[in-house]
Amino acid sequence: MTAPERSAPARRDPRPAGAQAPAGRGRAVGRPSLILIAPAVLAAALAVLPLGYLGVRALEHGPAFAWDVIADSRTGELLLRSLGLTAVVVAACLLIGISLAWLTVRTALPGARAWSVLVTLPLAVPSYVTAFTWLSAVPSLAGFTGSATALTLASFPYVYLPVAAALRGTDPGHEEVARSLGHGPLRTFLRVTLPQLRPAAAGGGLLVALYVLSDFGAVSLMRYDTFTRGIYTSYRASFDRTPAAALSAVLVVMTVLLVAAETRTRGRGGYARTGTGTARRAVPAALGRLKPLALAWCGAVVALAVGFPLATLGYWLAAGTSATWDPATLTTTALTTLGVAAAGAALTALLALPVGVIAARHRGGLAHLLEQAAYAGHAVPGITVALALVFFAVRYARPLYQETPLLICAYAVLFLPVAVAATRAAVLQAPPVLDDVARSLGRTPLGVLREVTLPLAAPGVAAGAALTFVVCMKELPATLLLRPTGMDTLATRLWTETGTGSFAAAAPYAAALILLAAVPSYLLGRHRT
Amino acid sequence: MNDRDMNELEVRRVVKAYGSGAPVLDGLDFAVPGGALAAVLGPSGCGKTTLLRVIAGFLKADAGTVTVAGRLLGGPGVHLPPERRRIGIVPQEGALFPHLSVARNVAFGLSDLDRSARRVRVGEMLDLVGLPGYGDRMPHELSGGQQQRVALARALAPRPHLVLLDEPFSALDSGLRGAVRAEVRAALRESGATGLLVTHDQQEALSTADVVAVLRDGRVAQCATPEELYHRPVDPWLASFVGDAVLVPGTADKDVATTVLGRIPLAAAPAGRREGLVLLRPEQLRLAEPEAADAEGVVTDVRFFGHDALVTVTVVGLDEPVDIRTTTPLRVEQGQTVGVRLTGEATLHPRTA
Repeated sequence: MTAPERSAPARRDPRPAGAQAPAGRGRAVGRPSLILIAPAVLAAALAVLPLGYLGVRALEHGPAFAWDVIADSRTGELLLRSLGLTAVVVAACLLIGISLAWLTVRTALPGARAWSVLVTLPLAVPSYVTAFTWLSAVPSLAGFTGSATALTLASFPYVYLPVAAALRGTDPGHEEVARSLGHGPLRTFLRVTLPQLRPAAAGGGLLVALYVLSDFGAVSLMRYDTFTRGIYTSYRASFDRTPAAALSAVLVVMTVLLVAAETRTRGRGGYARTGTGTARRAVPAALGRLKPLALAWCGAVVALAVGFPLATLGYWLAAGTSATWDPATLTTTALTTLGVAAAGAALTALLALPVGVIAARHRGGLAHLLEQAAYAGHAVPGITVALALVFFAVRYARPLYQETPLLICAYAVLFLPVAVAATRAAVLQAPPVLDDVARSLGRTPLGVLREVTLPLAAPGVAAGAALTFVVCMKELPATLLLRPTGMDTLATRLWTETGTGSFAAAAPYAAALILLAAVPSYLLGRHRT
Repeated sequence: MNDRDMNELEVRRVVKAYGSGAPVLDGLDFAVPGGALAAVLGPSGCGKTTLLRVIAGFLKADAGTVTVAGRLLGGPGVHLPPERRRIGIVPQEGALFPHLSVARNVAFGLSDLDRSARRVRVGEMLDLVGLPGYGDRMPHELSGGQQQRVALARALAPRPHLVLLDEPFSALDSGLRGAVRAEVRAALRESGATGLLVTHDQQEALSTADVVAVLRDGRVAQCATPEELYHRPVDPWLASFVGDAVLVPGTADKDVATTVLGRIPLAAAPAGRREGLVLLRPEQLRLAEPEAADAEGVVTDVRFFGHDALVTVTVVGLDEPVDIRTTTPLRVEQGQTVGVRLTGEATLHPRTA
């Protein structure tokens, strides 16, 4: 699983059940128009199809057989390895993320602004690229250590970002009140500041857990057998694919539990924020004698997470010759990657549009159901979506098996949550009262959508499409399983070359991937500011 | 716009409940004569916004009818969608379309007209609200008051029968509010359209509208001209809601009430009611020399507002102190013994109310 798609789940507004009178303001009358519902139902159906089919397939040889697979000692071992890796990475990410957040936001750390940008850069690098750089430099890291290192350095920004935001958002007045009531700086931090950070830290930690549990690229390159790698091996090794389906079902259950937990902390996190508008910035704490230590810590993290991968990549690029890699193949692969990612982003954005509009503008059972269904991909690791689509295509849509359209569909299922969240947020930006005014001036609901809502939401929808484009480009496991024979994306090529130890041959693909993904990310950053 | 009498809003026995809760509108009756500007006034949660949305067609009433200019818009088996009602709305903060210029905002409801007719109408409307030549501006380039005036121009452009104004001035700062209010009122009057202003600000309702309807518990508690409402409220709650009220026990004899503070004529003498509470406004109480007055008391508090002041006086024979509005400069101070006289007319209400 690649990076930022996990970061954009449904942030829903709290809608107390009984208090409908004022909240009812601005909501459209009655049910959404059929012209919206029909495509939204199609999108939702596509999103839940793999999950449903996975269940069917896992139980094909009867529940007893599925249970045998699940109860197998090998499964237990995979489970322990996955959970162990998750626990270690989450703990490391919490330590790095919270300490860096506090240092960059609340202390007089020299160059705090520059540090705060540098430490988010790992988000742009897929976990398998990080794994590639470490493995190629220190081959003995393969296994647990390498997986934990690569995943920690790739995912700690998921803790850093929300905690830093929470630190910026907390009212320094609370801390001043605590100090005035006789608490020292440390007690104030422990009793006032830290409790306010808990929701943000917990939410970030759960995101990391989700990331680790569904990661395929890093663990497979590091040859560390977790659930995702076990599923892949089982799928490749055996003609009977029911065991792979059963294992996938277990993984889905685990991720669904995590997603549910994450949604809960999100809900509580909202209440932790106080006041409106920009909070007064706290006076930065002086670091005193600890300043060199703080700088060394930030420097070490940035060096390992950003500097080291870049340096390794540079080394292998310099070491490579035209004998080790072919520029023509690189160009073809890059163009192929751009093509499938663009198609994936376009389909995803199109499917997300009706769902996002309904989610933003309507309430009630149907709207809720459609939105939830579209978020199914959020809970399912890429490898299981790919497997489910393989099963489905082999049985019911043979001509699509190992053809590009199926791969595009997999992208849509996986990244529909990204696009729906962006569309919903963009539509919410257009105040519903504008819809009312347009209706009172003679527009039908569809006319309002065309002339008011969509023009206003267009920048946000486009940003969502750009984000989807980036995550499609970086996607690895589903592309590995579903690509047409002979077709390579930058990600699969990098994976294959690294797997055979041809590091110099892999490096150009890693560099191209980072560069191509950086352009839309850069544009997105500019769009947001 | 000669047929002013045709432009009339009639709301009859409208009921609206959300879910299974108590109804927000509970058999509400209300009418606005053509060409008038009416205000719907009420505390928050009284159903003002719900009423507005029922009239505009964004909500469907559970029962009752809404008629505008003799046309049934909503009733049993009838629910015209908002786009077919010909009712303009001016929401809070104007809600101009941010992606359209001022001219295109005003022209938004004019899709039936051809290009040149549209341009003419937009020009007329911008003249009407005092913003000629602003057509090419974007909404974010206007001040809050200008946005509000453009919003009115946009609502009036398609010649609606009725314009609904939903707390349109509450987002403006208080210095600007009065001026924008006057401009909007003048433009509305010139256009001849009937207006319905929803507000929780009693000063705004009294100073802007021709007719004020006070909403309470989903019904109209009283609908009258501002002056009638202020001086002849139907009950003490209403009296306190639209202004400061002084209630003292009194006895009515024909059309004169006798109280501890003196005798005062009654505006509407209810037949047969002898005992009750006499309702006065603080400005009907006058400070006087103790020997020249009907009652005597001690000043316990003085609140100075600049243009006037409220003097609290504990009067011998009354359980509650009374507030007296007096002009400034002040001639009294705390602890001083003063006399109290009454002027004007009062109303009498039963004690239980």
